[in-house]
Amino acid sequence: MVEFVVILFHSTSHAIAAERAAKRAGLDVKLVPTPRELSSDCGSALRIAAVDRAACEEALKAAHVPIDRSEPLTD
Amino acid sequence: MIYLDNAATSWPKPEGVADAMVRFLRDVGANPGRSGHALANAAERVRLDAREAVAALFNLSDPFRIIFTAGATTAINLVLHGLLTPGSHVVTTGIEHNAVMRPLRALEARGVSVTVVPGRPDGSLEVTSIERCLTPATRLIVVNHASNVCGTVLPVREIGALAQARGIPLLVDAAQTAGVWPIALGADRIDLLAFSGHKGLLGPTGTGGLAISESFDIDRLPPLIQGGTGSRSEQEVQPDFLPDKYEAGTPNIVGLAGLVASVRYVLDRGVEAIRRHDHDLAARLIAGLKGIAGVQVYGTGNAARQVAVVSFNIAGRTCAEVASSLEQDFGVLCRPGLHCAPVAHRTLGTLPGGTIRFAPGLFTTSDEIHRAVDAVRRVAGVESHG
Repeated sequence: MVEFVVILFHSTSHAIAAERAAKRAGLDVKLVPTPRELSSDCGSALRIAAVDRAACEEALKAAHVPIDRSEPLTD
Repeated sequence: MIYLDNAATSWPKPEGVADAMVRFLRDVGANPGRSGHALANAAERVRLDAREAVAALFNLSDPFRIIFTAGATTAINLVLHGLLTPGSHVVTTGIEHNAVMRPLRALEARGVSVTVVPGRPDGSLEVTSIERCLTPATRLIVVNHASNVCGTVLPVREIGALAQARGIPLLVDAAQTAGVWPIALGADRIDLLAFSGHKGLLGPTGTGGLAISESFDIDRLPPLIQGGTGSRSEQEVQPDFLPDKYEAGTPNIVGLAGLVASVRYVLDRGVEAIRRHDHDLAARLIAGLKGIAGVQVYGTGNAARQVAVVSFNIAGRTCAEVASSLEQDFGVLCRPGLHCAPVAHRTLGTLPGGTIRFAPGLFTTSDEIHRAVDAVRRVAGVESHG
């Protein structure tokens, strides 16, 4: 089973920019509603395979996209 | 009809601008940042497209350092009202537009000290004349990149070097240069750049904004307007991060959809190539007008030192009657009088009568310039020999 993390943001503009930056970096990401057990400023979050977390965070940093934090996604 | 009022707003717009706006209204239509549904996200992608395009134009790598406002005037007000407090000092120039002078005069009435560096009668100035006016209380230097009256371009990079050396932020009003003159925030050492979306960027009116250099600390600049952003909605204070800090309220997203198309067009054509066209038109206009007896052309008279905004007068004729005749008899549309810049007219010596301003654009042809000059020759009562 693939393990996922969600990356949380302060605003939707950051979430949308994050999705674009991750896709440009060739990462398989999905914009998802922020899980309700995780509090966040923004209603949208980026879901990504846990193994890609470091690469994704690096891509976002290079693209100047600020992130709130990353959390493991539990079912 | 020959449209020579591009300094007020460019027209026509490139193919694709109107289509992009219609497509957005018809197919997307939603409010960016307020929800996570598909259409809101599509609208947010349009806004990101606009940020990325404008950031590329000004050589900024962080698109969130592009803030969208209703236009350059709003962006200028944001900076002036944010950085200047009673007791602080600001230095500006003798070719400013009222977008700068009116907020400065309002701030002056509240205790801000304002120094206007007059410069020369052709609109140019020496950087040393700015340097001499700096004091320990100087909190900002604000300069017009190019005069909207006579087109004279100021040496922004040298002013930027001075400002950086003295640790004073530099605000540049790029209303007449963005899209027609190469601008790189880092290399030009510009901290804050106010731009219009509907002039040289060829987009719709109601667009424009502020480009913030990567070295400028946004904690120094409070927002002018507070309100809803779609973020931190549980809080009653404005978010402190970009871009939300400066973008309260529903944005002009339809306008931004048009701006994406227009700025991509500018990037495709290339600012250097656009500048060559602009220079060519300015040179033809200056040479043509100067060749007419009784016509006085303002500015440096050197197309290499200005944008294609050319002001002139015909001896013994008022601007209004010249402009009326140019339109009625020759189909030439221009702007007569005072161009929202009394301080610039004072510098040029054209108060109170003003000037007739010809401002060709990217789609103006050299043949149209020839015909416009010929029209001036006829209005001036000189027989055409061409």
